[in-house]
Amino acid sequence: MKHLILGNGPAGVVAAETLRHSDTQCEILMAGSEDEPPYSRMAIPYLLEENIDESGTYLRKSPDHFDSLGISQLRGRAVSLDINEHQVLFQDGHSETYDRLLIATGSHPVRPPIPGIDLPNVHTCWTLDDARAIASLTKPGTRVLQLGAGFIGCIILEALANRGVKLTVVEMGDRMVPRMMTPKAGGMIKRWVENKGIQVRTSAGVERIDETEKGGPLRVSLNTGETLECDVVIVSAGVVPNIGFLEGTPLHVAKGILVNDAMQTSVPEIYAAGDVAEAPDLFTGAHLVSAIQPNAADQARVAAINMAGGQTHLKGVLAINVLDTLGLISTSFGQWEGVNEREGGSGAELIDEEAFRYLSLQFKDDVMIGATSIGWTEHVGVLRGLIQGQVRLGERKQQLMHDPTRFMAAYLGAAQAIA
Amino acid sequence: MQQALLIDPEKCTGCLQCEMACSYENYQVFNIAKSRIKVFNFEEAGRKVPYTCTQCAEAWCMHACPVEAIVLDGATGAKIVLDDVCVGCKVCTIACPFGTINYVQDSGKVQKCDLCGGDPACAAACPTEAITYVDANWTGLDKMRAWAGRTDTASQANA
Ligand SMILES: Cc1cc2nc3c(=O)[nH]c(=O)nc-3n(C[C@H](O)[C@H](O)[C@H](O)COP(=O)(O)OP(=O)(O)OC[C@H]3O[C@@H](n4cnc5c(N)ncnc54)[C@H](O)[C@@H]3O)c2cc1C
Repeated sequence: MKHLILGNGPAGVVAAETLRHSDTQCEILMAGSEDEPPYSRMAIPYLLEENIDESGTYLRKSPDHFDSLGISQLRGRAVSLDINEHQVLFQDGHSETYDRLLIATGSHPVRPPIPGIDLPNVHTCWTLDDARAIASLTKPGTRVLQLGAGFIGCIILEALANRGVKLTVVEMGDRMVPRMMTPKAGGMIKRWVENKGIQVRTSAGVERIDETEKGGPLRVSLNTGETLECDVVIVSAGVVPNIGFLEGTPLHVAKGILVNDAMQTSVPEIYAAGDVAEAPDLFTGAHLVSAIQPNAADQARVAAINMAGGQTHLKGVLAINVLDTLGLISTSFGQWEGVNEREGGSGAELIDEEAFRYLSLQFKDDVMIGATSIGWTEHVGVLRGLIQGQVRLGERKQQLMHDPTRFMAAYLGAAQAIA
Repeated sequence: MQQALLIDPEKCTGCLQCEMACSYENYQVFNIAKSRIKVFNFEEAGRKVPYTCTQCAEAWCMHACPVEAIVLDGATGAKIVLDDVCVGCKVCTIACPFGTINYVQDSGKVQKCDLCGGDPACAAACPTEAITYVDANWTGLDKMRAWAGRTDTASQANA
């Protein structure tokens, strides 16, 4: 049995290891298109902050880790797939066959169609290569304009600020992290980072980027009429799954590759996991790309067990995020925006603007379906436990409606039955 | 034979010796805010519940870690945090559905119970045997893990 894995990010690596764990005999070949050992994108901010060196981003620290597990590695970009021949063609012209294929090619950052977006001092922050370029361009005092204050944007923001740059962030939404934070919470984060000296423009879009002189500073024009001068623009405007090489195949794709709860695509011997996959959501069953690290690991594990002939399924994708914006720690889980009352929705919101503390819990009937927090670090994981476990809270729900801070007590009582 | 912490809330008086001992063992100070085991006080029910990591088999924290900073201690079965590898990204703190790995803002790292390398200070300090360190196949422990299992995410086919 030969397993071919396309992609060597967290999803590819966890899948390869799980396959080996499940089947000591099978052949495992893991391909990656970047000129690096398997690494973790999400460690890039800590590299930019100089907390770690490049080896600190490697997913596995021992150089012979994959060899010792009998996992072969290949440097190469898959360019097309032939599902009848069970064969993948790589950019260098050679092909690999497979019995089972896992697509774990992740996603890539979008460059919105703005005049000037391809100028030399405009960068995305996605790969180790990007990180090297950004590190060489940004010194204390460098003027950086960041386009986008989504989840990844806010993580990069912290790293850039810690490099001592003068930072302006431009976000189209009406608040920071609009797709992860409630209006109150997003507003609170904005106020916090502004207090730390970062300029934030919300409800503003970049219309064009011009060079003031060849290779020199950039002039950025916003749709609010404002123009800003800066040395570097960092683009953080979302990501799209890497599915280009599937063109011409019958694999069902929407935004990402559609999979069932076994992480199997519409072609039975082909699986997908991580940022590239669109799997059923925990609550609605609707397909959803969830481009986060824990999701990549969970999905890869499920895919690999099934590829090796076992049987397991994902209980459903749950979006979970944790963010640190210059010392202000926020989390969001599941359906943080809640559902409306007609569908049994209700919620409790606790706001302490002065102390920068915030907690919102959302329920459907007596089950917690989503949460947002700011300023909470103790035991926040139980919010996942309560939501993903779809734990019936019974009378404890009313207690939480009155005092959402008691979520740990509710968890111990309802989920662990030890209170 | 691997051992595990067995917690019996019935026997807990809420004296917080476990929290003091944990803090002292790990930070050489008596500061319960630093403890990795927490005693929850359910006033209405008159119950005190010590709570910490069960070193679960699923190891959500370990699998979610992007930089291999959480590893298995082969001797004790504990999942331990390597401070010099942890980058402080906090992904483990939201991945663990039990809430037993937490971020410490002072150090910029996460912390969790590591079973003190096989001689847990909390169990040694507990005056009422509410916290004991016992053989891992003791039935009470299975029960505790069964509760924990109710918050599972992916199903556990051990292929
Ligand atoms: C700066 C930054 C910060 C982040 N912070 C967080 C965070 O705090 N929390 C969080 O949960 N997530 C975070 N993320 C997101 C997280 O990194 C991703 O969700 C995760 O990497 C997804 O893993 P993956 O294996 O699916 O994809 P990837 O890590 O993208 O790996 C895919 C691999 O496939 C390779 N590949 C692509 N196309 C091909 C091809 N055609 N052939 C062969 N190989 C190919 C790629 O080169 C890559 O190595 C962050 C991302 C970035 C960039």
